[in-house]
Amino acid sequence: MQFMLLFSRQGKLRLQKWYVPLSDKEKKKITRELVQTVLARKPKMCSFLEWRDLKIVYKRYASLYFCCAIEDQDNELITLEIIHRYVELLDKYFGSVCELDIIFNFEKAYFILDEFLLGGEAQETSKKNVLKAIEQADLLQEVRHMKQRLPAASSRRSDLHKPLRDDRPKHTHTQPDH
Amino acid sequence: EEAEKRANMPAVSKGDGMRGLAVFISDIRNCKSKEAEIKRINKELANIRSKFKGDKALDGYSKKKYVCKLLFIFLLGHDIDFGHMEAVNLLSSNKYTEKQIGYLFISVLVNSNSELIRLINNAIKNDLSSRNPTFMCLALHCIANVGSREMAEAFAGEIPRILVAGDTMDSVKQSAALCLLRLYKTSPDLVLMGEWTSRVVHLLNDQHMGVVTAAISLITCLSQKNPDEFKTCVSLAVSRLSRIVSSASTDLQDYTYYFVPAPWLSCKLLRLLQCYPPPEDGAVKGRLVECLETILNKAQEPPKSKKVQHSNAKNAILFEAISLIIHYDSEPNLLVRACNQLGQFLQHRETNLRYLALESMCTLASSEFSHEAVKTHIETVINALKTERDVSVRQRAADLLYAMCDRSNAKQIVAEMLSYLETADYSIREEMVLKVAILAEKYAVDYSWYVDTILNLIRIAGDYVSEEVWYRVIQIVINRDDVQGYAAKTVFEALQAPACHENMVKVGGYILGEFGNLIAGDPRSSPLVQFNLLHSKFHLCSVPTRALLLSAYIKFINLFPETKSTIQEVLRSDSQIRNSDVELQQRAVEYLKLSSIASTDVLATVLEEMPPFPERESSILAKLKKKKGPGAVSVNELEEGKREGGELNGGGERGGDSSSTPSPSADLLGLRAGPPVTAAAPSAGSLLVDVFSEAVKQPSPTAFLRLFVCKNNGVLFENQLLQIGIKSEYRQNLGRMYLFYGNKTSVQFVTFTTTVTCPGELQSHILHIHTWNSLEPLIEGGAQVQQVINIECLTDFSDAPLLNIKFRYGGALQNLTLKLPVTINKFFQPTEMASHDFFQRWKQLSLPQQEAQKIFKANHAMDTEVLKAKLLGLGMALLENVDPNPENFVCAGVIQTKAQQVGSLLRLEPNAQAQMYRLTVRSSKDTVSKRLCELLAEQF
Repeated sequence: MQFMLLFSRQGKLRLQKWYVPLSDKEKKKITRELVQTVLARKPKMCSFLEWRDLKIVYKRYASLYFCCAIEDQDNELITLEIIHRYVELLDKYFGSVCELDIIFNFEKAYFILDEFLLGGEAQETSKKNVLKAIEQADLLQEVRHMKQRLPAASSRRSDLHKPLRDDRPKHTHTQPDH
Repeated sequence: EEAEKRANMPAVSKGDGMRGLAVFISDIRNCKSKEAEIKRINKELANIRSKFKGDKALDGYSKKKYVCKLLFIFLLGHDIDFGHMEAVNLLSSNKYTEKQIGYLFISVLVNSNSELIRLINNAIKNDLSSRNPTFMCLALHCIANVGSREMAEAFAGEIPRILVAGDTMDSVKQSAALCLLRLYKTSPDLVLMGEWTSRVVHLLNDQHMGVVTAAISLITCLSQKNPDEFKTCVSLAVSRLSRIVSSASTDLQDYTYYFVPAPWLSCKLLRLLQCYPPPEDGAVKGRLVECLETILNKAQEPPKSKKVQHSNAKNAILFEAISLIIHYDSEPNLLVRACNQLGQFLQHRETNLRYLALESMCTLASSEFSHEAVKTHIETVINALKTERDVSVRQRAADLLYAMCDRSNAKQIVAEMLSYLETADYSIREEMVLKVAILAEKYAVDYSWYVDTILNLIRIAGDYVSEEVWYRVIQIVINRDDVQGYAAKTVFEALQAPACHENMVKVGGYILGEFGNLIAGDPRSSPLVQFNLLHSKFHLCSVPTRALLLSAYIKFINLFPETKSTIQEVLRSDSQIRNSDVELQQRAVEYLKLSSIASTDVLATVLEEMPPFPERESSILAKLKKKKGPGAVSVNELEEGKREGGELNGGGERGGDSSSTPSPSADLLGLRAGPPVTAAAPSAGSLLVDVFSEAVKQPSPTAFLRLFVCKNNGVLFENQLLQIGIKSEYRQNLGRMYLFYGNKTSVQFVTFTTTVTCPGELQSHILHIHTWNSLEPLIEGGAQVQQVINIECLTDFSDAPLLNIKFRYGGALQNLTLKLPVTINKFFQPTEMASHDFFQRWKQLSLPQQEAQKIFKANHAMDTEVLKAKLLGLGMALLENVDPNPENFVCAGVIQTKAQQVGSLLRLEPNAQAQMYRLTVRSSKDTVSKRLCELLAEQF
């Protein structure tokens, strides 16, 4: 894999991981171009597209797009499941992860990714083992802030609060009753 | 109110929850405008700066918090130019989270300050030797994330040791393997496996699935580069795969993913096997075939779960298995089963599967075993082209139609592609046009169909029809008199359209100028009607087209004397004879004069019908005429010839391939000046370019060719500015070459242009049509652009086409010319035959000139496996049990050219004692034997 980008429906970049050396300028250009391309695609379209000499594999989870660039000989479907496994890892760690968790704990999102993928390749695919590594790190903390409550969340629910891994079928409420 | 403002913060913060950071992030998110955000950030930057500079020593926690804030600001897209030192300080903290944030900052904001690098490397070194596995992993992650040359220099020697040491923890092994992979990718020269090779390969047997999963990526990459050293991995990979494939879904515990056992590892194992030919050991091969069959069988079983993750993981393995089957291309049974499986996917309700099935079938179509099976799906694929809602899927369908096309279905496929072209997305039109043009020519049985197709192409997608395409239709019409009348009639009708494309005017002008007489008998297309029709388009056309039309007019004067006065009137008009464009003015003046003073006989001689283009002549005839041909004419003569009006229908527009260069004469000069690989003389004062021209090792052009005789992919050229990678594929007499131009600098290349030329008689032996995928003449720093060149082998050849590259780097013009590695053996089709047949054919090719022989010293170790791999790479079939002496190698193949097929047999006799080889090649054509012998003698 050459890089992975997470961005919101509004095109805001939430996480970027580059496995090939590129200049900052080039990274920005690629990001701009890809965010635009992927956001322009309709739901139900194929999750793969050719872009430059790479293959793009992307999937949307609630308000976030996960987008990976892989090389010609790489496997599209297994990359789709790399994305899914990463979402599962985030979900398990944060407990029903939503976009806000990734914004406020971006460093954790990077740490989890590093345990799972390294140099663009799967390092450890067992969910248990990855989380064990992360939880161990949390235990090593010098000051034990127990899960700290921050100022109460407002009742205003937005996309940002939507759990990424929502397994309920979409649009059930819009289906007409028979 | 404060609480309200920060309402968008998550209720729970995991980990150590740096509160200051959360508040800052929340503030940024509450900014109403970009200006407000920048203001808030600047305030924070000032605060952090003062904290870092302050007298009071910061505690670890604060340092961590501020470094993390800087990181957040950087990730928002703002520049950060301080804080590196504080991050480096965090590395030596013995508190895990402080160290972790330090490493994260270093990985994201890589800095080239050498003092910093020294400090960072020191910290990494300490952590690597700490024997604390979590610290070791952090250090390894950092190396893998940065992957710089400096890090490779510092750690490439140490990491293999960590990887194979008996007491290394599993998690550290995993990180070490992938860390090494990253270093190998950036600095292969610094990563030397040597003594560790066998122990690394044996990681495939490791008990810990995670270790195998990580190590196999490293092994695959190393195998691609050093297949021989790593070949023992094949049998290990097969047995590992076999154990996974036959395991029950619960056996592998947490490595089972939605009821699929170890899907990632399975895919990687199948991918590793694709670096090698089928296993030679019968037992290993049998086991592998069994695995592949099991995978195919499982696809037919009912799913164990309705979740898409289950089917994706299962199908990921299936597609990888199919790739391996296609890669082997030797098991007809498996190939046909693979094809049937893909056929099912073509109609699957999941778009993703339809897309992948179309993509995968493209490669299946080129295997002789499955080509027919693929063809049975034509209706489904055509339907996909018409009804798929996603352009990327339609593109795949068009690619597949192209790949499955042959004589039996060409008319149907071309018709479908043409009708698709009418509504096709702009992004893929040019490629579609080329594909249609190639198929139409390749499978034309009657040429009126070919002419119709090309004219339709121009009508539907004129803007996307490149020059090569319309040159080609003219060449073919000129060379085939049975189609000339039809072409004249058709083009005349096409020109009736009130708004026809300029390319149509060009073809129309040229064809009516040559063959308008063939339809002049019909009063509806009398000479004057033809002329008026052409001239009605004149004023809407660009200068080159007008020049071409003027030539058509003078041809009309010769063909139809009755049009003379009308045309002279036109030529005499101020808008022609005083035209501000020199070329147009000159033509008008010269043609007017020619038509007034030359006698009918002289006129008829000067304006004679164009002679056939040499391409279709046999090579012997071409040779005969070569002395008079353009290849032998010096540049000056060529220039003069043009001035004298030797090429009446417009200098640059007439020829086939040479005309793709904007200025043919300048390019010819370029060819003749010095050796083909030349960097332009650097302009004075540019330090960078001076360095560049000195540092460039200029290998001889034949050295490049030698590297690519037995392989199709690799790096064609590399210097400090530019890397050119090449990937090519060949099928029958056609080839397609992908060139990747990578800008290695951080500065953009401007006015980047490339030109492919076929020097001398080569242009009548190879036809190439090329197209840019990226049309921009700019290559950004660090970027790569791709070019596709289509190659057609018309008859056998020995020289290579030239690729000229020009661009400006920092103001200085760079100019280099390389030979493209197109050699005659690329068009080989392997021929399997039994011993008896081989020697019978060998005897049939007994004329002395049919044989070429060379006896030469071995340049490389005489390793049987290497020899076999090279001979296979050559493209012939390597025949087993044919030569009575088992030390010898014999091969057979047929070279596919458009003009003819050339059967070739080869025998290579190694003499290990003398370290010599005797190579004998026999072909039905003397030039081919000679050329193959030359090419091969340099390989061993």
